[in-house]
Amino acid sequence: MARQPIDQFVERIASEKRASVYLGTKTTHEKREKLLHDHYADPDALRRLAGGIKQHVVENLDTYLPRVEAKLKANGAQVHWAATAEEACATVHGIMTARGATKIVKAKTMVSEEIGLAEYLGSRGIESLETDLGEFIVQIDHDHPSHIVRPIIHKSRREIAKSFEREGLGDYNDDPGTITRRARAFLRKKFLQADVGITGANFVSAESGRLVIVTNEGNSRFSLAATKCHIALIGIEKVVPRDRDLGLFLNLLARSATAQQLTVYTEFISGPKSPAQPDGPEEMHVIFVDNQRTEVLASECREILRCIRCGACMNVCPVYRQASGHAYRSVYPGPVGAVLSPLLAGERFAEKADLPKASSLCGACNEVCPVDIPIPDLLLRLRDKGKREHAPLASAGTPSLGGWAVMASKPVLWKTALSAGKLMNLLPANWIPMAAAKAWTDTRTLPTWRGGEFRSWMKHRPAKGEGKGKS
Amino acid sequence: MSSSRDLILGRVRDALAALPKRAPLPEWDPAGARSTVAPSGADLWQAFSARLRAVNGTPLASVAELVALLESKGWRHGYCDPTLWPALKAAFPAGFTVETEFDRSRVDDYQFGITVADGAIAETGTLVLSDRGTASRLAALAPWVHVAAIRHAQIVPDLGSALTLLGDDPNVIWVTGPSKTADVEGILIEGVHGPGMQVALLLD
Repeated sequence: MARQPIDQFVERIASEKRASVYLGTKTTHEKREKLLHDHYADPDALRRLAGGIKQHVVENLDTYLPRVEAKLKANGAQVHWAATAEEACATVHGIMTARGATKIVKAKTMVSEEIGLAEYLGSRGIESLETDLGEFIVQIDHDHPSHIVRPIIHKSRREIAKSFEREGLGDYNDDPGTITRRARAFLRKKFLQADVGITGANFVSAESGRLVIVTNEGNSRFSLAATKCHIALIGIEKVVPRDRDLGLFLNLLARSATAQQLTVYTEFISGPKSPAQPDGPEEMHVIFVDNQRTEVLASECREILRCIRCGACMNVCPVYRQASGHAYRSVYPGPVGAVLSPLLAGERFAEKADLPKASSLCGACNEVCPVDIPIPDLLLRLRDKGKREHAPLASAGTPSLGGWAVMASKPVLWKTALSAGKLMNLLPANWIPMAAAKAWTDTRTLPTWRGGEFRSWMKHRPAKGEGKGKS
Repeated sequence: MSSSRDLILGRVRDALAALPKRAPLPEWDPAGARSTVAPSGADLWQAFSARLRAVNGTPLASVAELVALLESKGWRHGYCDPTLWPALKAAFPAGFTVETEFDRSRVDDYQFGITVADGAIAETGTLVLSDRGTASRLAALAPWVHVAAIRHAQIVPDLGSALTLLGDDPNVIWVTGPSKTADVEGILIEGVHGPGMQVALLLD
């Protein structure tokens, strides 16, 4: 039986790395829990409400998307649609070419990673620089983020200090403050030289066409203060119905993601800068990206489209805590990734068919989810899909149950096995030659096996009304 | 371009057509998202100041306090919104260089930037900056110290109230404390791309 790829990965993780991921996720999770319960009498009611609102949006995207588009256009933004990752990249490239632009500063956007934007533009001579500190470090190391909110949760300050030294960003110094100051100085120059700022969006209000972007570092704000053109890459599921719904989502997002009451910078952007404003984009483009989302919408896993990318599910997940993000071989790791990544793979679902099995189905991810996504249910549906489609990875690491299946589908064999089970009564309780089993059976007795008696009793049981005695 | 639009919207319609019924939009009262730290008393400046301090921000109740802070740190070169400067000028002693035009080729020359805020949220210690109200986006972001000037009447009690005041400004930004990161080993560092010190200056 082939082992699961994720198990093989885990064996190769350095213990130091595992400890840092474990501690980082556990700390964030505990702070989140405390903050939510300190600040709200019933945070679960808020999660369910937010889930209800997002489920409504997902199931009514046909109404909301044209509404958002009309609002954005009325606000002065240009709206583009990209069916595939390739088309989304080409749209960005087209905007760049039309402006004669060659330099991009990029705030954190999961969609840009999903569509491979940096590689696409890089091969066409366009520099696209990550400006979130963690993402910047990932970029100079040619590494991949391992957490959607804390991209370098797997890196130590010593590794980062070495990378900075290698890149000519000063002598070796592993003080986090110094690392941050150096990145600030370096990236500041890049912001001011860049032609275009690329961002994602956490939410888009259908009521006003406002994009909402949250960052703690201020990188999105800096790129929208320094550059003359703003391009926002947005998954089609990011809509919320009304501005006032943002009150709910912003409160839940900051607490769930980083255990903050509110993220430091919350931007509400509805169009290019006002005429009197000297800084910021004169041109704003919004690219709505499908890239398999409509397939997910058509599937029985559409609840995953509620996701607001907070990372709370990975922070609480016992598998993520041991395996860390790279084990999932995808842009989206953790429980949400185990659902989303195989779905976004589309035709290549089979390559990620093992991910839905990277879970004990303990349900903690569902309990912390700010939009109450039933992740364990979705994982089961995807396990089923993997089996039905005969994806080899869907069976990796699964004990063969062939013998059981034969026995359970032949009544004669089944009955024989049940009666034969009585032979176990003749064995000592601790006969199983396994240390783990012995630790249990050495101090316990087993109940007497009475296999087959229930069937016999059922067959010969008194008819209704008989044997009740006097009444 | 429009063909992709039609393709995507067509797929969305097809995907949803199969649903026997669609989830309704739940109604909810924005008061339900008010946290227990939202103020109930009348003094919103006091409540706002407490929340701002909780996120390592610096509330100052007078221009004199601001000048004292800047002097104590030796920060004497900065920017001030030209509409605000005439009112503040008298409080700044000789030795300060304050420009009323922000030169983006010298962003690191400015140790502080003073701009006008449109409001503040007491529940979260948040300053509200609008595009029309902020003289320069860069001046409110690039210097190590950002000073946002507000008036009593502009402070709202909670986040829900602030959402009703977004108006038609193209770029409203809520700022809750100094710029920060915990990317390196989860250790909190302030002043990443934006200010390392966020000041709220009460004008009245």
